[in-house]
Amino acid sequence: MSVVDYVTVRVGGHLFGIEALAIQDVFHPRNITPTPLSPPEILGVLNLRGRIVTALCVRCRLGLGQREPGRPEPKAVGMEVGGDNYGLVVDSVEEVVKLDPEQMIPPPDNLPARWAEIIQGVFRLPDTLMVVLDARRLITGVGQAVAA
Amino acid sequence: MDDLIADFLVEAHENLEVIDVELVRFEAAPDDRAALDRIFRLLHTLKGAGGFLGLARLEAVAHAGETLLGRIRDGMTVPAGSVGVVLSAIDRIREILAGLSAEGAETAGDDSVLIGELEQLSEGKAATLEPPPLAVGDFDPELGRALRPGEVSLAELEAAFQAAEAAPSPAVESVGEPIAPATAEAAADEMTAAPSAQSIRVGVDVLEGMMTLVSELVLTRNQLLQVNRQRGDESFSTPLQRLSAITGELQESVMKTRMQPIGQAWKKLPRLVRDLAKDLGKQIDLVLEGEGAELDRQVLESIRDPITHMVRNCADHGLETPEQRRAAGKPETGVIRLSAYHEGGSIVMRIVDDGRGLDTARIRDKAVEKGLATRAEAEAMSESAVHRLIFAPGFSTAGAITNVSGRGVGMDVVRSNIEQIGGQIELQSQPGQGSAVTVKIPLTLAIVQALIVGAGGQRFAVPQGAVQELIRVGPGSDHRVEVIGRTRMVRLREHLAPLIDLAGELGSEPRDGDAFVMIMQVNKHRFGVVVSEVIDTEEIVVKPLASVLRGIPLYTGATILGDGAVVLILDPNGLAGRAGEIPAAAQAAANLEAFEGEAAGERRNVLVVRAGGGLPKAVDLAQITRLEHARADQIETNGHRASLLYRGRLTPILKLDDSQVLRTEGKQPLIVFVGALFAMSLAVDEIIDVVETPLNIELASSRPGVLGQAVVAGRATEVIDMDHFMLLGLAEMAKAEGTETERAAA
Repeated sequence: MSVVDYVTVRVGGHLFGIEALAIQDVFHPRNITPTPLSPPEILGVLNLRGRIVTALCVRCRLGLGQREPGRPEPKAVGMEVGGDNYGLVVDSVEEVVKLDPEQMIPPPDNLPARWAEIIQGVFRLPDTLMVVLDARRLITGVGQAVAA
Repeated sequence: MDDLIADFLVEAHENLEVIDVELVRFEAAPDDRAALDRIFRLLHTLKGAGGFLGLARLEAVAHAGETLLGRIRDGMTVPAGSVGVVLSAIDRIREILAGLSAEGAETAGDDSVLIGELEQLSEGKAATLEPPPLAVGDFDPELGRALRPGEVSLAELEAAFQAAEAAPSPAVESVGEPIAPATAEAAADEMTAAPSAQSIRVGVDVLEGMMTLVSELVLTRNQLLQVNRQRGDESFSTPLQRLSAITGELQESVMKTRMQPIGQAWKKLPRLVRDLAKDLGKQIDLVLEGEGAELDRQVLESIRDPITHMVRNCADHGLETPEQRRAAGKPETGVIRLSAYHEGGSIVMRIVDDGRGLDTARIRDKAVEKGLATRAEAEAMSESAVHRLIFAPGFSTAGAITNVSGRGVGMDVVRSNIEQIGGQIELQSQPGQGSAVTVKIPLTLAIVQALIVGAGGQRFAVPQGAVQELIRVGPGSDHRVEVIGRTRMVRLREHLAPLIDLAGELGSEPRDGDAFVMIMQVNKHRFGVVVSEVIDTEEIVVKPLASVLRGIPLYTGATILGDGAVVLILDPNGLAGRAGEIPAAAQAAANLEAFEGEAAGERRNVLVVRAGGGLPKAVDLAQITRLEHARADQIETNGHRASLLYRGRLTPILKLDDSQVLRTEGKQPLIVFVGALFAMSLAVDEIIDVVETPLNIELASSRPGVLGQAVVAGRATEVIDMDHFMLLGLAEMAKAEGTETERAAA
């Protein structure tokens, strides 16, 4: 049985998993410079140890609405796609779970379009469901989702 | 395997490849002496190394080959089949090397047939398949016997050492090189063939990578310095200063690796001018000055074609024929003078000819013909405005004149090439005296000087080269904002420039009332960008935006500022796209109005001063707050900077140029003016007079800080560009105080 590490993150109360191999670092997205005229999912750009990182709001991307005020400071999951650095801004980063990809259930057919293309599948955990995000498509699809 | 042998194998294979190529070349052209020399030398190197490493077979084969080639070098006619036999000797050497690399030692084998062939040929006989005689080398009189393969005569050895003494051969460090070159001649050749043993080849990508890393380092250093300045922690200051100095030196060294003399871009010119002179029946002297001035190779590449084009223009249209020149009382030989020198972070190149100058009447006609201006507009234009026309896209007098080039052909292309790399180009012309094109280009593109501005509560960087002027608009400012239809515009001397509001373009509230306007120009399209504040000037490293942001035309990239924040870099082209065109009628009216103003001789009060060298300088009195004579001991100097303690705060004292020296005793005359929001002053040597005069700028200037020349009180005078100094002063203040610029009410 092959096992894959997933980093679990929480966005709008839902539990998501991202393949740990793709993740470079986890950080607090601070001092974000807004990028006017950019697609709404893009929060802006920030300086992470001398690299320019584009911060992307996973909530907006998934259509989960604005963050409620008074919640703890969000976290970001850093990754590199196509030579550019991105930070996926989520409500919180929880833990790393080891799961067998064979156990992953394909996403249900009736998902909204904006979810369908970025969801790889679902794991049934003991007490909840974990939705596995395709981080690469989550990033590259930015801007196109707005039109959808 | 022995390291020595491994190294030798690598080098030997390289040498053999070269020998193959050279032999083929030699066969095609048997009189190619240089090719023969190279083959000889390489074979000799192999032989020497073989002897040194105890590889007897290799040594013997190489020696026989070398002997044959030596004979041919000495003038023996090349016997038929020589090249083929030498090639088979090379193949044999390859076999031996293959055995060596497999076994770690030379394998056994019989080379006597091959060596025999080579020796036969050496004696001038055609190649045979007869069994070879005993291997006999050159007879050496001192030894009293023939040299054995691989041996070198004492006389040759002596000669080689003498040659080597003059310039120590780099060979001593590497194993594969000959222990002693066979002849003095060969040794000398070797040295001329490899003139710089002190240099190595490095891939451009490696240098680019280093450049990127160093740029990062510079930015990180700036960040550190700023943090330290804010904290004021003394214990860090010394090591930080050291780090700062080292970083600066490192940056300079890395930059140097990419630097090439500008002369590289001029190499083709002497030939070009010679040919043109012949074709056109002209006598032309091409004078090149300052070829050694260095600039980044990337910049060099992008100016190569524009330079060629401009020189061709000078030769073809600037200079007259010898008859015309004689008639005009000039020497028959015309001169095209190219010069280059460094000025700050830029290189200034001038292309000057002593020809007839621009034909302004013809340019006016052409402009009307091309629909670039109406007849009335064309006639109303000042001389310098007419000169600028040749840079207009689509303006060309080509075809009508000659097939070599047209005065103005592609000058718009030249201009856009220069502007693309952040350079500036200006043209001056005097009828009958000649014309001068001045090009100012940055030394490097890796680090860009940028203006940091604020709009919509956010900071942005703008490449400083793209900003021509910085003006203030709003109540109490000289510049009026006018609205025609839905276009807002600002009047700028005789021009109207459309305005765009940066905050508004970016979806925030547009700036109301007091504001700064950056006057920018892209491809002849001049426009103003309204921003709420001008914060600083800073060196930035341009970084690309992530692909999801690349589609936004207003940004070219992003950068990290000294305080660690990321700011977006605005794209002048993108901004130009947002700025509307001025309705032609409005522009014509403005031109006419300006013309009438000029004709009526709108008189102004002008302060005339002496400062730095050259002509007297003039400043419009309306731009000055007051004049002051400051006591020299009240002036604080720190390196190039000087400042005056004024009303409890240090205000910068600016100089017209670096050569200007402030007084160390007595009183220093200063022109105090309010730049943006701060008071600052400009040092002058002497205040001469205030005169009331029309201020018509005749000759535009390429020097920063000087608008151009005008006649004031009957004398040629340089008119000072106060906007330039305002910007400079602002930058000084910002540098001195960090970005936490205090806003002192002026």
